[in-house]
Amino acid sequence: MIYIIYIAFSLMALGMIFSAIRFVKGPTAADRTVAMDTLTTIGVAGLVLLGYIFERFIYVDVALVYAVLGFIGVIVIARYLEGAL
Amino acid sequence: MSVLDIIGGVLLIVGSVFLFLGGLGIFRMPDTYNRLQAGTKATTLGGMSLVLGVGVLEPAWIWKSLIIIIFIAYSNPISSHALARANYRRGHYPYIKSEDKEKMDAYQEVVPHKKEEKEDKA
Repeated sequence: MIYIIYIAFSLMALGMIFSAIRFVKGPTAADRTVAMDTLTTIGVAGLVLLGYIFERFIYVDVALVYAVLGFIGVIVIARYLEGAL
Repeated sequence: MSVLDIIGGVLLIVGSVFLFLGGLGIFRMPDTYNRLQAGTKATTLGGMSLVLGVGVLEPAWIWKSLIIIIFIAYSNPISSHALARANYRRGHYPYIKSEDKEKMDAYQEVVPHKKEEKEDKA
């Protein structure tokens, strides 16, 4: 079981590294926002998996709040880019 | 290992592979719209199956895992749609070959392009 968790965390870390590279060098603001959205979703999944490993139920609540805040952030940035704010 | 452990492990592997593919697509794709497509759909499936895998492994957490799954399932497409719409209205258009432009860029009829008007004036 522990090897499955090692493999899962390695793959998620690789995905986060690729998203962070796109977040740094993305040509337009929309690319950076897409990369931030992907980072948020991978972070939510990683928080839930960390909560399973540490056996702390509070991590799941933290993941839920993080998902809500990331969603609101992406919506606000999209409205700003559109020119409606 | 019980049956729930095997199902949860398979869900964890599938979810992490799809999350990795989402990150790779973000890095690799050439266009903003392709990046949206790769980064949002793959990440939605990956996050949902990984959280469901944790809910299967620890059966007392299944209800809050289902809440997170439902939230991901409706928030990720909404944010992707809002970003694509904002990017189109801002003036960044998808890269299409010029002879296919009438067929593939159908949203042009609803929101006319900005740059072509400027080029016509100039």
